[in-house]
Amino acid sequence: MVDTSVKLCGIMLDNPVIPASGTFGFGYEFTRFYDINVLGSISLKGTTKEPRFGNPTPRIAECPSGLLNAVGLQNPGAQAVLNNELKTLKRVYKKPVMANVSGFSVDDYVSTVEMLTGDEGIGWFEINISCPNVHGGGLAFGTSAEGAAKITKAVRKATDKPIIIKLSPNVTDIAEIAKACEAEGADGVSLINTLLGMRIDLKTKKPLLANKTGGLSGPAVKPVAVRMVYQVYEAVKIPIIGMGGISSAEDVIEFMLAGAVATQVGAANLVEPCACKRIIDELPAVMQKYGIKKLSEITGGAHNG
Amino acid sequence: MKQDIYEILSNEQIAPSVFKMLLSGDTSPITAPGQFVNIKIPEFYLRRPISICDRDDKTLTIIYKVVGGGTEVLSRMKKGEKLDLLISLGNGFDTKPSGDRPLLIGGGVGVPPLYGLCKKLIGEGKAVSVILGFNNKAEIFYEKEFRDLGAFVAVTTVDGSYGLKGFVTDAIKNADYTYFYTCGPKPMFKAVNSVAKTSGQFSFEERMGCGTGACMGCTCKTKNGPKRICTGGPVLVREEIEW
Repeated sequence: MVDTSVKLCGIMLDNPVIPASGTFGFGYEFTRFYDINVLGSISLKGTTKEPRFGNPTPRIAECPSGLLNAVGLQNPGAQAVLNNELKTLKRVYKKPVMANVSGFSVDDYVSTVEMLTGDEGIGWFEINISCPNVHGGGLAFGTSAEGAAKITKAVRKATDKPIIIKLSPNVTDIAEIAKACEAEGADGVSLINTLLGMRIDLKTKKPLLANKTGGLSGPAVKPVAVRMVYQVYEAVKIPIIGMGGISSAEDVIEFMLAGAVATQVGAANLVEPCACKRIIDELPAVMQKYGIKKLSEITGGAHNG
Repeated sequence: MKQDIYEILSNEQIAPSVFKMLLSGDTSPITAPGQFVNIKIPEFYLRRPISICDRDDKTLTIIYKVVGGGTEVLSRMKKGEKLDLLISLGNGFDTKPSGDRPLLIGGGVGVPPLYGLCKKLIGEGKAVSVILGFNNKAEIFYEKEFRDLGAFVAVTTVDGSYGLKGFVTDAIKNADYTYFYTCGPKPMFKAVNSVAKTSGQFSFEERMGCGTGACMGCTCKTKNGPKRICTGGPVLVREEIEW
């Protein structure tokens, strides 16, 4: 028997597989496909203080081995998430969830976290300072160590729950930003958010996305993400959630060897609704194949020697 | 809603750039005409959403237009090859409010989902009229198929090379109907909305990420708040649409 459990900021997970924010809604709709209680946890749809419609369509464009999205943080707002979404999810999912929070100002982040922190179903906050698809917020904080530190410091005071800062790959030195978050009391970091990209339609000679630019995700970004997790692991002591194109148990192990204690699966959920379940089912056999008995022991394994 | 493997029984061109594909596999998840499938196409990452035209217990028919690389690959696939489908996505058409004389209005490649709807309405004993709009005679498909179901069919062509010269709206003006159902391009929807005399249902198309409601990629504004075309649609009722 192999042991797939891992510990994330003091909370045990049955396995390190977590659907990534924005690719799994608020989770409960996936009960049409499988029992979502097999998941390590769920990172919920990015939530802002006020409801947001998001960007105009088209919001999605196909790319080789991935996609661009410019959804723009569509969500019903923190109060509706608290009153409706979390309650509905609680009926079908029994483990701690990760609330993903976005904002346009320090106050936005703080008040959203304050509104949600009393909900006992929330195990962690994932603070998104890296959404490339909204103007004047999110990413503005995530592209400098100062901005990241400012949000971390403010959110730290707003909750006793673990805070995990979701980092942008659209920066010169992601390790420096991770260090700034750690210094201000972050309990963990998650990376990478999407890479800023664009596609142009040859028929209309205009960008395919109404927002012009969008975030690239899917297997296309995996090597970039693995490299960044590796770099951040060398820079900080706090736990890392690794993500970027994960589509198999092998990918999960690769990210853990780079330095992740847990992983998120994003784009794969969109093309294969049962992707997370399949990866979890595959894990024991793949662990055995590579001589891994206890998954939690391999984190950072690629750095030894 | 389920993910399953389907075998191609036939894949033939029926009009310029328009193909009809017959697939065999489990059709039991389909609950209404106007639902769609999301097809994994070899070498492409995202699935392609395509409406279901017709179904029986073991087969389903889709009709699609080659508009890009994905549908181009699909059009070259052969009998015996297999496809990974997410099946029975979306709400589909609701036949309950149709009255006894429903009108179906299809434009171009928006025609296919109306076929399954027509079949159901006729099965319910309704007197169905169908208006099919195309650019020209060469593009016309399924006129005979609708007639064979027992519907009254009018065809319009923009260039007048067949049927009534003009747009579907030119035919709607003369029609007598209790309710309408339509699928086609957005400019046609606006035109239909401006002349229609009853309530009705519009089946929308949008670029999708997942087709299952997860990504919020296809959301539109409605009078009842944001709706995902993939799960809250693709069929919206006239009264909730924000033009």
